[in-house]
Amino acid sequence: MTGATKVREQPLVLVVEDYQDAREMYAAYLQFSGFEVAEAGNGVEAIEKTRELLPDIVLMDLALPRMDGWEATRRLKNDELTKHIPIVALTGHALAGHAEGAREAGCDAFVTKPCLPDALVAEIKRLLDQHRRKSDNGTDAGRVPKSSKKRT
Amino acid sequence: MSRLAAPLAPGHGVESDAKLAFVEFLLTSVDVQESARRAVDWLVAHVAVSEAAVLVAEGMSPEMQLVAEHGVSSGAIMDFALSREDTSHPLIAALDSPEPVYIKTLPAHYRVPLEAAAFHVIPLRAYASEPGQGLLIVGGLGPEIDSETMWLGRTLGKQVSRLLGRQLLAETRFGQERMLLYSIINAVTDPILLTDTEGKLIIANTHAEKLFAAPEEASEGWRRAAALNNMLFSAALSTSAVGMAELARRELLLVDPLEGSDLLFELLSSRAKDERQGTYVVSILRNVTDLARAKEEIEESYRTLRIAQAEVRDERHRLDLIIDSVADPILVTDQEGDIVLMNTPAERLFNAPGVDDEATLRRVRANGANLTSFVSNVLTRSGEQRYRGEIQLGDPSTGRPLPVEAVAGTILSEQGELMWVVTILHDLTEALEKARLYEQLKQGSVQLERKVQEATAELAEQNELLRRQHIELEQASALKSQFLANMSHEFRTPLNAILGYTHMLLNNVTGPVTEPQRKSLSRIDSNSRHLLALINDILDITRIEAGRMPLNASAFGIGELFDEVLAELEPIIKRSNLSVTTRLRGNVPSVRSDRQKVKQIVLNLLSNALKFTPAGSVTMTAWFDARAKQVEIAVKDTGVGIPVDDQVKVFEDFRQLDSSPARGYGGTGLGLSICRRLANILGGTIDLASVPGRGSTFTLRLPAKARRR
Repeated sequence: MTGATKVREQPLVLVVEDYQDAREMYAAYLQFSGFEVAEAGNGVEAIEKTRELLPDIVLMDLALPRMDGWEATRRLKNDELTKHIPIVALTGHALAGHAEGAREAGCDAFVTKPCLPDALVAEIKRLLDQHRRKSDNGTDAGRVPKSSKKRT
Repeated sequence: MSRLAAPLAPGHGVESDAKLAFVEFLLTSVDVQESARRAVDWLVAHVAVSEAAVLVAEGMSPEMQLVAEHGVSSGAIMDFALSREDTSHPLIAALDSPEPVYIKTLPAHYRVPLEAAAFHVIPLRAYASEPGQGLLIVGGLGPEIDSETMWLGRTLGKQVSRLLGRQLLAETRFGQERMLLYSIINAVTDPILLTDTEGKLIIANTHAEKLFAAPEEASEGWRRAAALNNMLFSAALSTSAVGMAELARRELLLVDPLEGSDLLFELLSSRAKDERQGTYVVSILRNVTDLARAKEEIEESYRTLRIAQAEVRDERHRLDLIIDSVADPILVTDQEGDIVLMNTPAERLFNAPGVDDEATLRRVRANGANLTSFVSNVLTRSGEQRYRGEIQLGDPSTGRPLPVEAVAGTILSEQGELMWVVTILHDLTEALEKARLYEQLKQGSVQLERKVQEATAELAEQNELLRRQHIELEQASALKSQFLANMSHEFRTPLNAILGYTHMLLNNVTGPVTEPQRKSLSRIDSNSRHLLALINDILDITRIEAGRMPLNASAFGIGELFDEVLAELEPIIKRSNLSVTTRLRGNVPSVRSDRQKVKQIVLNLLSNALKFTPAGSVTMTAWFDARAKQVEIAVKDTGVGIPVDDQVKVFEDFRQLDSSPARGYGGTGLGLSICRRLANILGGTIDLASVPGRGSTFTLRLPAKARRR
């Protein structure tokens, strides 16, 4: 399945978040932490960007306009092109049901807001590492970023 | 002529009945020939004589007439004649003999009206001293004359003497009148006696003779009875002789000489005076024995009647007592409607004896009128045996209304005609009063029931209201929870950005910061974190109260949990310089519960202990209570402790004992409140034991296996 993933120097993280301040904050910190970052503001855009860019991991806010995070996740996980991409759900709602809904939709991890940037980065690194080890057969699908390099 | 003892005299032992019959006959006979014939017949029948004949000299005539004979051939008596003047004739000679004469052989020239050679000649006379007035000639007896024949001779002698004497009287003119008189007194069936004043008998009719004169040959009883009767008679006369009125009347009890029974006579005696004979007494005895018997019977019946009357009276008295003892008035009225009987209670209502109070009398009359109309109803309904009705009476003395129930029964005669009406009155006052009370009770009960129903309806309404309020409250509570959940989310989003950027600044993401800037950023960071903690705690409480705290049960070991908690709080522990130790006492089995919630509680307890312990140690101990099947975790510190009065307060929301803004300890003040709520959700408890200045011990007790909610 690695063939579908573009070979790049730094892992690409697609940050899907409608709240611009948060989105840009996570993007800034992820770049600072050595990831490549792409951004999407809603569910529809998230699917388009994922199919287009085939990122190494998707950070998916669940409360999104146009199409919410659960639906977007479901679609991505049902798509042969994108199903292998790990998705980290991000939610501000701590009420019961959100986490379960996210797992059912196909999310690989779940992070509750507020989430400090370094905690988020640690979770992403953990998931990528896990993913890489799982599909480790010579290819370097999950590389650990070494420097921050912004890519738009 | 000698008297010889009779050898087995044939007449011996003739029953006295035959003699009596004969004597009775003689008493009633007034004819010499008839008496003589009867005597001959008697001899033939009772004594073994072969021949018998009777000769009498009637009146002044010297000729002896043959008046009766038996067994004599007609030739012997044909032309027989004998004159008393022929004194040489042995028969005439026998007339004056004091004894009967036995003639063995009669010289042939003497004629006798008999054929036998030897015979007895018995002179007929009243007394032995008298010359005979007739002869009884008996043949075939043998030389000895028997006693029966002797008795007959004596008896017949007396009869002949009596009858011939009378005949002698009758033959003169005076004598004829006297005979008539004699016949008259003899014809009277009552005994009549003529006596002197001493009671000595002068003349007696045959009925009197029967009582007072016993013939010589009469039985001993007869003689004694006659003697007794004479004595009684004399006594009766003598007791009344002195001062006796013209006519005296008294009772005299005599003895029947033949039957021996008592005879009661009424003795009527009067004095008569005769120039020649002086004063004498005529007595007439009237047999009143039957009368007395009848009187006795009447008296007996009368006595019986009196007894019966007394019994009836007793019965009536008893009945009266019974009727009077009945408390209810009882009245008996006849077919006219008049009261014929009533008991005392009835009398009180319908009769006021001895009362002249006008009002009372009026009431009594009114009662009577009411009763009469009731009874007349009964009378018109003759077909019915019983009649029941109500009468409105009044108490005669007070005028108090007296409603009574009247039950009337009719008594019919044997012919089926109505005789009496018996009416029993029963006072209804009490019954009516009871009915009234019952009615009141019933009304009260109905009212009570209505009130209960009203109260019930009200209660139901209030319940419904409460139920609606409850629903509204639940909805409001749910809305509140939802609102708070939404709020906390909305809070987090900007807080997330604040914390994130602060973090980036502090991490020099946007370039190096100066030391004063770093200090300020740190303040921003810590305040933001405190705000976040508050929001998280509020969210927890909200979720618990809304019942929306999710539980995820899993099995886990307490030891591992302790390690995790220690690891999480490691920076703080390091900073605190306290000795923190954990211990598992005994074998503590793994617990099945919500791991995250348990961890949150333990974390909170340890964090609190660290926070409030300036120096010393904090110990976390876990053990298993097998009996209660629960795991107990105690967090013990040597800190400031909590005063007893405040030991309850610490579990309340937003409580820190030092509530001043400049308090020395961080935290939201919601921690213990949340811990206790979480413990309850998991089926456990949290207790506190503390001594101020010495330290506190919080103990969490959890069921080894949480119940499914």
